[in-house]
Amino acid sequence: MRLEARSQVSARVLLQAGGAAALAVVVIAALLVAAAGAPVGQTFVLMFSGAFGSVFAISETLTRAIPLMLTGLAATVAFKARLFNIGAEGQLYAGAMAAVAVGGGGIAAPTPLLFALMLLAAVTAGALLLLGPALMKLLWGVDEVVCTLLLNFIVLLAVGALLDGPMKDAAAMGWPQSVALLGELELSKLIAQTRVHTGLLFSLGAALALWVLLRFTTLGFDIRALGANARAAAFAGVPITRTMVLVALLSGGLAGLAGAIEVAGRTSYVTLDMSPGYGYTGIVIAMLAALHPLAVVGASVLVAGVVVGADSMSRSVGVPNYLADVVVACALLAVLTAAMLSRYRLCFDGLGRP
Amino acid sequence: MTAPVLRLQGISKRFGTLVANDDISLDLQAGEVLALLGENGAGKSTLMSVLFGHYVADAGTVEVFGRALPPGDTRAALAAGVGMVHQHFTLADNLSVLDNVMLGTEPLSSFVTHKAQALVRLQEVARSSGLTVDAKARVADLSVGERQRVEILKALYRGARVLVLDEPTAVLTPQESQSLFTTLRQLVQQGLAVIFISHKLDEVMAISNRVLVLRSGRVVAQAATADTNKAELARWMVGQSVVGLAREAAPSRAPGRPRLEVRGLNARGARVHLHDVSLAMAEGEILGIAGVSGNGQGLLAQVLGGVAARLSGELLIDGEALAKTVPAIVAQGVARVPEDRQAVGVVGDLPVWENLCAEALRTPVLSRSGWIRRQAAQTYANTLLKAFDVRGATLERRTRALSGGNMQKLILGRVLQRADGRSPRVIVAHQPTWGLDIGAVNFVHGRLRAVRAAGAAVLLISDDLDEIELLADRIAVMCHGRLSAARAAGDWTREQLGLAMAGEEQAAQHAA
Repeated sequence: MRLEARSQVSARVLLQAGGAAALAVVVIAALLVAAAGAPVGQTFVLMFSGAFGSVFAISETLTRAIPLMLTGLAATVAFKARLFNIGAEGQLYAGAMAAVAVGGGGIAAPTPLLFALMLLAAVTAGALLLLGPALMKLLWGVDEVVCTLLLNFIVLLAVGALLDGPMKDAAAMGWPQSVALLGELELSKLIAQTRVHTGLLFSLGAALALWVLLRFTTLGFDIRALGANARAAAFAGVPITRTMVLVALLSGGLAGLAGAIEVAGRTSYVTLDMSPGYGYTGIVIAMLAALHPLAVVGASVLVAGVVVGADSMSRSVGVPNYLADVVVACALLAVLTAAMLSRYRLCFDGLGRP
Repeated sequence: MTAPVLRLQGISKRFGTLVANDDISLDLQAGEVLALLGENGAGKSTLMSVLFGHYVADAGTVEVFGRALPPGDTRAALAAGVGMVHQHFTLADNLSVLDNVMLGTEPLSSFVTHKAQALVRLQEVARSSGLTVDAKARVADLSVGERQRVEILKALYRGARVLVLDEPTAVLTPQESQSLFTTLRQLVQQGLAVIFISHKLDEVMAISNRVLVLRSGRVVAQAATADTNKAELARWMVGQSVVGLAREAAPSRAPGRPRLEVRGLNARGARVHLHDVSLAMAEGEILGIAGVSGNGQGLLAQVLGGVAARLSGELLIDGEALAKTVPAIVAQGVARVPEDRQAVGVVGDLPVWENLCAEALRTPVLSRSGWIRRQAAQTYANTLLKAFDVRGATLERRTRALSGGNMQKLILGRVLQRADGRSPRVIVAHQPTWGLDIGAVNFVHGRLRAVRAAGAAVLLISDDLDEIELLADRIAVMCHGRLSAARAAGDWTREQLGLAMAGEEQAAQHAA
């Protein structure tokens, strides 16, 4: 058995591959649900209605999707330039800490200014966190995957130390959590009685802005050329160092922004469990979206829906909500497989040959 | 006639809709050299990959000594006595000659190697074949000709009785090629069967007993070499009567003012350094740089193109110092045609129009304060596609999908017909026709002549002496990072060029 490149990728093949990927995910999930002893059809219906079945369900899914869009965009822009930023999780926490440090009441300023300062601090914290690994990659060829991945743990430990030390909220009855953000800095709700907040507009705006940047500007061309072929890009005059540094700042900044938006829109303060791996899920979303900024929006809503739906379903039928992780992981594998099979065809040798 | 040692029968191989091999059959006798002749893309490499088990044919059989080889099994091909010397060598640079030869012949399960035995065996093979090479030497320290000898030795050591040589002279000096031919004649006398892949007619005439010509995946002709001639072979190969690649006299004119001057250039590369390189080119002139590839020509092109740093030296374009960044150098009017168009010339995954505009994208013609002027860019790209006859391309198509010839036309287009409308002053063309078919070669040569006529200075760096002699007004030779003095093309003989390429400068001076 071997692979042979297709000379042309037709729309039909793409559609077939996508359909097959979706079908494969559903089948695997069905098998798992059956193995857990729950009725498959009912479980799926519960999952869907838990994610999209009511205004409340949709609002919960969107709330969940907000940080995922931002971390998904962070991964998208970095991966486009072949800067493999695995550190969005740490950058998100750094952004969140910077946000409460500025907006926790220590600085007196008019609210709009303070709000802008808070976002700026979060973006800067995330950006600086990625700048180091990017510069080390440029100057010495240090592998950024290892650096950014390990930085996540360092950042989390540092956040833990801060939450138990200088940034601990004295009024929190001993819980390791930061001081709360000033009330006037919190984002307002989009729909009354729900948790979905105006951070959604920031996320959508960021997706649109990134799409415009990549498609319509010379910097966008530089980023895409650098990622597709660095040698050819350098030959054509793309400033490699400048582009890589800007990508690092952009990617880290987006992840940092995710932290600030989470604090301002949902949690009000930083705890060590404020992110259930948004940074890592962002990578999955970027891959699901094939590194397209606008597709990141759809992929985020989908993944958020699976997670929220599984939570709701597990309360009703008792299938563990880890099912969501399995579904998301299978979806990633299925999409990657489908992408490969739409470019190559499988050939079976030795079968039916004369 | 005895039974053939190798018989390919009815080999067909498709890649998608492309038919690379269409019902090809051939026989090879012991003690004969069969030349496999064809343009790039004629199907030579595919056929040999089928023979060697890299590809599985869609139809057809391979028989060695009357026994069918299982398809897709390289190991079986090796065991049956098929040896292959690729154009790009497959040696481990950091190992000795002996280690390279032994590689893959020792059983994995054994904890000890049998070096002493292997050395005896290697020396025996070397003696009987007349291929002398120091078995203890590191491959990295060997010359290209010596490495090729190691490749042949490796095949013989494994008991090859059918030897496939894929464009073996592409990387050799004329003298090294002669020595290879002597070796081949000796091996053939001992009963080896050789398939010699080439598109150089002189070599085919010199070494082969029979010729098989491929075109578009089909056998279009075969003949005993003695019964044919170069003109006939060329006709078969390209399918039309070739209007001789006649040398076109340069328009005679008084030497113009100097366009490019390089004085005392030193630069450090990964393998080779440039030592005190100096040259001067006048307007309306093509200066050919001959040399075996890897002797510093690439580094010279990179320094002039702004992608490699220099240690010292003065570089002047029309008297003004050459800038140091790519955009500035392009703005000064340097047109750069890189050696490796796929890996360096274009970004294969980006659409055609972006590659056409790549060098000019940051200029005010195609962008304003960071925003790409899409309309202007696409209009410009469309003009280029038409003017340079880039076939198979639409603006949005991925550039990777273009053939080598069309990719090269794309690159020529963007450097010769610039978005800002200014004409290039200096062209640095490195291997501009490498791997192209005759039609594309003629196109490229025509364009280079045209810019020369328009007053530009063309620096033509090529491994292909025919090309240099055809186009260059003056020729200089590069060897070990040093550049000889340039002389008028007519003042060099082939022998002198060959000697200079091999680093025998003194001999080259006196061989007149």
